[in-house]
Amino acid sequence: MSAAEILYPETEDDVARIVKEHHAAGQPMEIRGGGTRTGLGRPVQAASALSLAKLAGITNYDPSELVMAARAGTPLSEIEAALAANNQMLTFEPMDHRPLLGADGEPTIGGVFAGNISGPRRLSAGAARDSLLGVRFVNGSGAVVKSGGRVMKNVTGLDLVKLLAGSWGTLGVLCEVIFKVLPRPETAVTIALSGLNDAEAAEAMAAAMAMSVEVSGAAHLPVSVAYRFGDILKSEATTVFRLEGLAPSVEVRAERLVADMRRRGEVSVLDAQVSGELWRDIRDVKPFTFHRTKPVWRVSVAPGAGHQLVAALRLQTGVDAFYDWQGGLVWLQMEAEPEADLIRRYVKALGGGHATLVRADAATRAEVPVFEPQPPALDALARRIKDQFDPGGILNPGRMTATM
Amino acid sequence: MTELIAFLEPDQAVIGRRPAIIADLARLLPESCLISDARELMPFDTDAFVSYRRMPLAVVLPETTAQVAAVLKYCNDNAIPVVPRGAGTSLSGGAIPQEDAVVIGVSRMNRILEVDYPNRAARVQAGVTNISISQAVDADGFFYAPDPSSQLACTIGGNIGMNSGGAHCLKYGVTTNNLMGVRMVMFDGSIVDIGGKALDSAGYDLLGLICGSEGQLGIVTEATVRLIAKPEGARPVLFGFESSVAAGACVTDIIGAGIIPVAIEFMDKPAIEICEAFAHAGYPMDVEALLIVEVEGSDAEMDAMLERIIAIARTHGVKTIRESQSATEAALIWKGRKSAFGATGRIADYICMDGTVPLGQLSYVLGKTSEIVARYGLRVANVFHAGDGNMHPLILFDANDPEESLKAEMAGNDILKLCVDAGGCLTGEHGVGIEKRDLMRHQYSDADLAQQMRVRAAFDPKWILNPSKVFPLDGRNGGQEGHQSALADAERMAAGTAAAGRTAA
Repeated sequence: MSAAEILYPETEDDVARIVKEHHAAGQPMEIRGGGTRTGLGRPVQAASALSLAKLAGITNYDPSELVMAARAGTPLSEIEAALAANNQMLTFEPMDHRPLLGADGEPTIGGVFAGNISGPRRLSAGAARDSLLGVRFVNGSGAVVKSGGRVMKNVTGLDLVKLLAGSWGTLGVLCEVIFKVLPRPETAVTIALSGLNDAEAAEAMAAAMAMSVEVSGAAHLPVSVAYRFGDILKSEATTVFRLEGLAPSVEVRAERLVADMRRRGEVSVLDAQVSGELWRDIRDVKPFTFHRTKPVWRVSVAPGAGHQLVAALRLQTGVDAFYDWQGGLVWLQMEAEPEADLIRRYVKALGGGHATLVRADAATRAEVPVFEPQPPALDALARRIKDQFDPGGILNPGRMTATM
Repeated sequence: MTELIAFLEPDQAVIGRRPAIIADLARLLPESCLISDARELMPFDTDAFVSYRRMPLAVVLPETTAQVAAVLKYCNDNAIPVVPRGAGTSLSGGAIPQEDAVVIGVSRMNRILEVDYPNRAARVQAGVTNISISQAVDADGFFYAPDPSSQLACTIGGNIGMNSGGAHCLKYGVTTNNLMGVRMVMFDGSIVDIGGKALDSAGYDLLGLICGSEGQLGIVTEATVRLIAKPEGARPVLFGFESSVAAGACVTDIIGAGIIPVAIEFMDKPAIEICEAFAHAGYPMDVEALLIVEVEGSDAEMDAMLERIIAIARTHGVKTIRESQSATEAALIWKGRKSAFGATGRIADYICMDGTVPLGQLSYVLGKTSEIVARYGLRVANVFHAGDGNMHPLILFDANDPEESLKAEMAGNDILKLCVDAGGCLTGEHGVGIEKRDLMRHQYSDADLAQQMRVRAAFDPKWILNPSKVFPLDGRNGGQEGHQSALADAERMAAGTAAAGRTAA
């Protein structure tokens, strides 16, 4: 939905003033970065929107300290360009939701952290929240609060940084984020193993993760999605493993992994460039970008449970699927209905996890809980925490749950 | 003796009810789990921050989550402070009790419940020692990465409380990056499960909030932790330098060149002498500063990485380079480093600071640290995790000399303020405890602290959990609203929805 009025603060003080006014008047606000993920989450009911687009710019970056600080509205592309110029990167590989959601606009670094948006390397290098070292934000009463800092290790007081990451703008308006960056790997290759079914692939991925070869990405692309990767993959089920690092090291590890995987199927090796394209497409869920009316789920379960979930669902409904994170991240595209209850029942039965309805029309998202409903005790706790940040309930009301 | 750090005034009413409280506790758990005899309570009167001691009212060592829940509920209902305890190895006084408090120790909950290799996870009770997780999975080619120096003794519950790090977290991260789930007892005795074997969990990141919360949000009784495949090999290399400044600059250049070894540890001359005298690790004695740089992988990988590191070290005039030639030699090199605190304790009393600074500030802060300590007429040994800027100056003093003890604490405070002023923080991995509590305002504004305290109050409305720690004793009324809403929830659950509140499977 579009808010009637959009406010563009240019300083942290502006943000604090605006929030304070809205708090006093009891007027809720939609909090926006670049607006590329407004289609994710429940539709926010608010007359005005606060956009961070003009609170932008890198504020501190010394490549030798592996830390960058930037205002929340800084375009991700600007961050990535500055890092690339120094041969560095965001290690958590944030997904770009635009192709999947059919959204325009420019993703911002604040939006990335507010949604804890991570990609394939989350498996080995942690999520966005693991890279976030410090934040400055304005809480729902209009107070400017900082937490964390610009050092790698910090256990000084409660870690509000983690709470803000993934809170989707419901606890505070991020104004500045400070995050860890890492050197770009010197090179990368992808080992592609073809012809495995989902269960065999899960076994192969677990085996690869148990080897001393430091796999930085492990995904399985069943035959139903493999052809969507164009010429990169042959049109058959393919299990892919990414190895990154110093060239001599990658070479040794690739040899070892290939030797093991040959026992399981036909193996080929993709070079750094092809590998880069493939993992970007996996990150951005390319196979499900072609029919944007179909609901898409992002399901997080124990890696060994992913394929069991899909097998169970296939007996009951029309569903297409592929796997990242060693099988623990399942992307589901539904043929027709979202089937929220069915999916969540199976997730629970298979040892727990959570399912997020990433793509659906606004009417569906208003009706079906987009984020996994929490057990009562945790839900009550979340509500108390929300009250401590945003007592008037004016920040992104309804974005995460209908009543919060 | 003069004490710089105050505790909360013990509640005389609680102390006056001691016999009744002990009788009540005896009904809640087996006799063998309750300690009330004064002599038996003595080992619990402090932790590794030994300058401060307080006798607890009683100690309980439960064997089950249900027992923890029963005791916590009882204490909350009767407004009795609770101090959670792992192995008591806190360097910041995080586990020091108070006269009106019941200590809930998790040391008897020490079983590894499940090892799940396909999902690379282990589920353990909170009293399991850090090292025993790695030992349990070692033969199968896995390990648990965070490795605090106290890993032989410290518990995973304590590690979660303090978000512990260690030498190898440069590559693998600290506890929060390796923790997947917890079972936790809340203030009212309800039991919640957060996270699990999935890589991330739903809703707000409660796991991230609990990690490093110093026993103030609840008592963790079980944890699911990440297992990682062991590297094929690991090779620590010693680099000796003519000056601390040269060693510090070398660290900055290694990281800046895009090389992230598993560990980069720094020792200055006094630390080298202390550790060598104890461990006979073969450290070079003719250098002013030493780096232990560890690389891992296959021989080819380690060779490739070391070649680049050595080239950088040479540009900083490295004087000695010694690669370990065998597993025994590698173990010896680490033994020297990991016994640094113990070895120091043999020659003097010491307090260990834990400030973390941006890498570019290492040399500056080292120099200033020496100046500060000299100004108080004391000695300092530096041994720390250089790769992530986590400094550990050990300030040596004589605990039998009250004036010198006070000077050591004051020097420590000055050093921590220096770290904050240099863009860093008070504590990288040891926690605030009581030690750094009164310095919190140097790092945080009142608004920052008020927000933290409001969150804290949402978990512990009566402030019974480890109440003397982390937050300055004055100005604690910021969390009133949190008290009320948490109490309301507790009452609602007690009034009939208790079953719904217990989400534990």
